[in-house]
Amino acid sequence: MSSLLEVTDLSVTYETSNGPVTAVDHVDLTVQPGEFLGIVGESGCGKSTLLFGIAQLLTAPAAIAGGEVVFRGRNMVAMNANELAPIRWQNMSVVMQSAMNALNPVKRLRAQFADTMKAHGIRDKAQIRERSESVLDLVGIDRAHLASFPHQLSGGMRQRAMIAMALLFTPELVIMDEPTSALDVVAQRSLMLQIKELQERLGFAVVFVTHDMSLVSHFSDRLMVMYAGQEVEFGPTRQVFDTPAHPYSKGLLDAFPSIKGERKPLEGIPGAPPSLAALPAGCRFEPRCPVAFADCATVRPELYDVAGVGSRCLLQDPARRTVDPLGDAERD
Amino acid sequence: MPERSMPERSMAEKRVTAKGTADRGSALLEARDLTRTFRVGSGLRSRSLLHAVDDANFAIGSSEIVALVGESGSGKSTIARLLAQVYTPSSGEILFEGTPLRQLRSRSDVLRYRAAVPMVFQDPFSSLNPAYTVSHGIMRGLQLHRPDIAASQRRAEVARLLEAVGLAPAGQVVNRYPYELSGGQRQRIGFAQALAYRPKVILADEPVSMLDISIRIGLLNVMAALRDEQGVSLLYITHDIASARYVADRMMVMYAGRIVESGPVDDVLGDPRHPYTQLLVAAVPDPRAELTVTAEMAKGEPPKVINPRPGCRFADRCPLVQDVCRTTTPPLLELTPGIEVACHVAAADAGRGAESATAATSKTPVS
Repeated sequence: MSSLLEVTDLSVTYETSNGPVTAVDHVDLTVQPGEFLGIVGESGCGKSTLLFGIAQLLTAPAAIAGGEVVFRGRNMVAMNANELAPIRWQNMSVVMQSAMNALNPVKRLRAQFADTMKAHGIRDKAQIRERSESVLDLVGIDRAHLASFPHQLSGGMRQRAMIAMALLFTPELVIMDEPTSALDVVAQRSLMLQIKELQERLGFAVVFVTHDMSLVSHFSDRLMVMYAGQEVEFGPTRQVFDTPAHPYSKGLLDAFPSIKGERKPLEGIPGAPPSLAALPAGCRFEPRCPVAFADCATVRPELYDVAGVGSRCLLQDPARRTVDPLGDAERD
Repeated sequence: MPERSMPERSMAEKRVTAKGTADRGSALLEARDLTRTFRVGSGLRSRSLLHAVDDANFAIGSSEIVALVGESGSGKSTIARLLAQVYTPSSGEILFEGTPLRQLRSRSDVLRYRAAVPMVFQDPFSSLNPAYTVSHGIMRGLQLHRPDIAASQRRAEVARLLEAVGLAPAGQVVNRYPYELSGGQRQRIGFAQALAYRPKVILADEPVSMLDISIRIGLLNVMAALRDEQGVSLLYITHDIASARYVADRMMVMYAGRIVESGPVDDVLGDPRHPYTQLLVAAVPDPRAELTVTAEMAKGEPPKVINPRPGCRFADRCPLVQDVCRTTTPPLLELTPGIEVACHVAAADAGRGAESATAATSKTPVS
């Protein structure tokens, strides 16, 4: 198998008092070695839940309801904690959203780096010190900061320290959950460039989740757009940006005011995403969709292939594009 | 899609009337040499002064949206809090309709000012009281600040305010609790609360940064509508430059506690004169444009301004740095009508290098 990560039919549900709510609904994705995959969507669309599902970090009331996460040829969903432990951090690491909360505020960076290595059986002090210093060098933080507490670092430095920790064992896959959302534009841009440069140098693959579609536009190889727990568009980044094949992706792109050119009035996307507990019967975007037609309210679209891009929109249904739109309804 | 009137207006006629800070006659809210320092450090002898805002001079006129942009920690929110009288200035002063704020002594004067200059906060999830319905906060504002509205009329006024911020029909939200509303709806409630005071200037501190992209535009359109239909001015504090360009008439750029450039939005962004503004503009992610900024350019961080020495605070990151930048603080000079820049190099380009390099030695000039 050539793929580094293969997620098939993954569903994650949250147990609620009103029964289970499906936050990630039959998602498929693959990541090739060294690839940069961007996942974008608004809050509540399931993107973070998907990441946690991939990394096997879900805790109750969330649980994987079905599907496989095959990483390096082994299904992680079926593994227990003891089997997962050696994979975590060594082969797959996670960079969390808020470095201020993810780093231990009462321990120096040095101690936190050492903890991680000790957990993976590295006891030699000289080796720990050397490795800690070299990962800090990688992300461009002065070695002296190994003696610093997290609060002594700026927001950008904390986020880079998190990335340095994730790289301690040079993993094949780094999962990042909105690592730049707490930073301002200049620091954001600098961190993105650094991640990209490290990725090219060290060859790891990145799964990068963000709500800011424009942020990944220049960095990701492929882009997945999520809406209400489903992937609605998935394809090469440039193609998704240049010719969005789903009305939601198009709406998201149009919601960004431009910094150049004419100042045009924008509308954004009217309405709000549906509650996952009360989903529309047909397409989940139908209530907000500017190009919805009658069938959209009743027929659930599949992910249709449009010139190499997957789009979950009935307008892209090959059967519908040629045949009478009132033909037999396909359901997934 | 429904057409709305406000952004067009902001672009055509508003831009023509956009005022430079020179036009002080009609200023609603004005800051003169506004400075705020904080004591930092422990120990009795090692007390240091952090300069959060230094010598800020600006004015906000009527019916205009002024964007205040800058990195986190640049002093944007400190300016908002100074204007809202949460902090008192360390030096300098704030004038409201020509009257210095320190002359507001009586409670009724202070209340009148607070009603005229309310704040809208960043986080719509924690700025509304979860124990009350949304009408409660608006009603409180009416009770406190609008004696002209009879108790029996308040409900109708609440409905009018909710509709003004785009929550129509108001009946659907008026008796809801905050948890029943989306982030975008909650932030609209925040604006409706501010609007209840019949404000002159709303201080909006990152009002859309917690909202989803598809919702943000709607809120920005509400801000433009408040300006165009209610005649309210707004100080829009943000680090999102593209949104500032979308909604604002004028823009002020802050760096490390100082205003480094100000002017009409299209002039500042279309032809940035300060090297920091240039970096900021280049760093904005724009999927439609090529990647222009390099890792080398974006490197570095704004300094912590503790016990600052004279000199330009951007000097260590500046590609154009010269000797004078490290010794003399560049004053904010009006290089072209309506456009002010604090940069020795830009001043020299405009033929005013000597003025820029000497002005600061005599402390800050009152422009």
